[in-house]
Amino acid sequence: MVRMRRILAVVVAIIAACVLIAAYVGILRRQPEKVAAAARPGRPAELTLQTVGSLGPGYQRSTWVSYLARNQDGEWVHSTHLTVPANSLVQVTIQQYDTATGLRNPFFARPQGISGGVMQLDGKPVDVIDPDLTSHTFAIPQLDVFVPLPGVADDAPNQCAAAPCTPDQAHRTITFTFQTGQPGRYRWQCFVPCAAGYVTGFGGPMQSFGYMDGYLDVV
Amino acid sequence: MSSEPSRPRHFRRFLVIWLGLSVVAIVLFTVVFDLDLPPGRAADDAAGQQVDNSVLTAFGIPVVLFVLVLLAYVLVNFRQRGPELEDGPRVFGHRGAEIAFIATAVVGVVALVAYGTWRLLEPGAAGGGQGPTPLSPARAVAGQPVLPVQVIGQQWQFTYRYPTYGGLQTPHLVLPVGQPVELHVTSLDVIHSFWAYQLGVKADANPGVDNVAYVTPTDTGTFDIRCAELCGIWHGYMFDQGRVVDEREFTAWIQEQERFFAPVKRYLPPYSETYFPQPARRAG
Repeated sequence: MVRMRRILAVVVAIIAACVLIAAYVGILRRQPEKVAAAARPGRPAELTLQTVGSLGPGYQRSTWVSYLARNQDGEWVHSTHLTVPANSLVQVTIQQYDTATGLRNPFFARPQGISGGVMQLDGKPVDVIDPDLTSHTFAIPQLDVFVPLPGVADDAPNQCAAAPCTPDQAHRTITFTFQTGQPGRYRWQCFVPCAAGYVTGFGGPMQSFGYMDGYLDVV
Repeated sequence: MSSEPSRPRHFRRFLVIWLGLSVVAIVLFTVVFDLDLPPGRAADDAAGQQVDNSVLTAFGIPVVLFVLVLLAYVLVNFRQRGPELEDGPRVFGHRGAEIAFIATAVVGVVALVAYGTWRLLEPGAAGGGQGPTPLSPARAVAGQPVLPVQVIGQQWQFTYRYPTYGGLQTPHLVLPVGQPVELHVTSLDVIHSFWAYQLGVKADANPGVDNVAYVTPTDTGTFDIRCAELCGIWHGYMFDQGRVVDEREFTAWIQEQERFFAPVKRYLPPYSETYFPQPARRAG
C-alpha cells in the first residue's frame, strides 16, 4: 500500500513538472496576433498603424510608447507583427499621436525607399522633416524603407493619453507606399530614441518585440 | 656469453616520422593545394589575413600531427600483448627533452610575435582598426589620394559619410576598386563592431571614438557587412551588403546619392571625426 502511494506521488510529481515546463515554454513562445494588410483589388494592399505616447490602462506596460495595428475587422490591435503580400505595392497609413522626441541621427529625416521618394504628411507631399520635430520612424532596413513621423505639437489641444487613440484627438497622418519583394521575414523598427526613462532612450519598448519594432512577414 | 638484443630507438624513429609527415603536409597545404582560406582575396587586407591564416595553419599542422602520430605510434609499438606487465622504472626527467621543449616553445612564440608586429606596422595594415591615432599610415598609391569614409553604427543600422563629397551620408557602403580607403569607424549609441567580411575589416565602433582602419578593395563585387558585437534585440538583423565598383560607376552612384539626399543635407552636422549629434529634444 505504502509502495503504491509512493509510485503515485512520483507519477503526480512528474506530471506536475511536465505541465509547469509546458506552461513556461508556452509563455515564452507566445507571440502577438499577426495583422495582415487589407487586400484591395487593383490597388495597393493597405496597412494602417498608429503610434501612441503611452498605452494607458488595460495594457501590461501602461506607460510604454507603442505602435498599434488595425486588423481586417477595423479593430486596433496591440501588435507589431505585420503581414503583407510579396512583390506588391503596400500603402501604409500611420496616425501619429505622440509628441516629438528628435532623431539621434538626422539622416533619417529624409523618407527613403518609398514610391516617388516623398511621403504624404497631412495630405501634403514632403521629402524631409525637421529631425528635432520627429516623434518616431517606421523603418524596414532590409527593404531600404525609412520614414520619419513628425510629432504633434507639445501644446496641441486634446492629446491622446491612452490607446487606442481616435482621429478626433491631436495627430499627424503620414501616408506612403512601398514595394515588397520576395517572401521572407523582415524586421522593422523605430530609429528615434523615444523610450522615456531609459538610458539613451533606447531601452524598454525599443528593445521589446511588440512595441516600437516587430516583424514584417512578406508572404 | 649472450648478447642482449638491441632495443629499437623509439624517440628517433618517432621524430623522423613526425617531422617527415609535417614537412610533407605543410608543403601540400601551402604550395600544392594553395587553399582559398577565409576571408578570401577581395581586398589587400583580406589577402593579408589569408596569409596570416596560412601561417597559423602551418604552425598548427605539426601540433596536430604530433598528437596523431604519437597516438598511432604508441598503439602499434607499446600495445600490451600477453600477460600484464609490471610498471617500468620511474623516470626523473630528461635534460635534453626539457631544453628542446623550452627552446621550441620560445622560438615559436617569438616568431609569432615578430610576424604579428611586422604585419601590424606594415602600411595600411590592421583591418581591425588602429584607434584614433594609427600606428602606420594608409598604403599610398601613386597619384591617388586616400578616400576617407566614416562608418556610423547605431541600433540597428550602419550608415556612411563621405567627407570628400561634402559629408554626404548614405545607408549603404559603396567603394571604388583599387582605391585605398581610410575607414573611420564610430558609433552614436552603444558599442558595435563593423565587420566587412570579404574585405578583411573588423573594427570596433565605439561611441565618441574614431577607430581608423584601412582597406584597398582589389576586386569588384559585393561584400557582406555585419555587426559583430551584441548590441541589442535586433543585433542579428544588423547586416547589409556593400559593393565595390569601378571608378565610373562610383562617380555615378555618388551623384545619384547627392541628388536624392540633398533635402536632408542642411540637417546633417558638419563632418567631424566622430558622429554624435544630440537631438534638441529627448524622451527621457
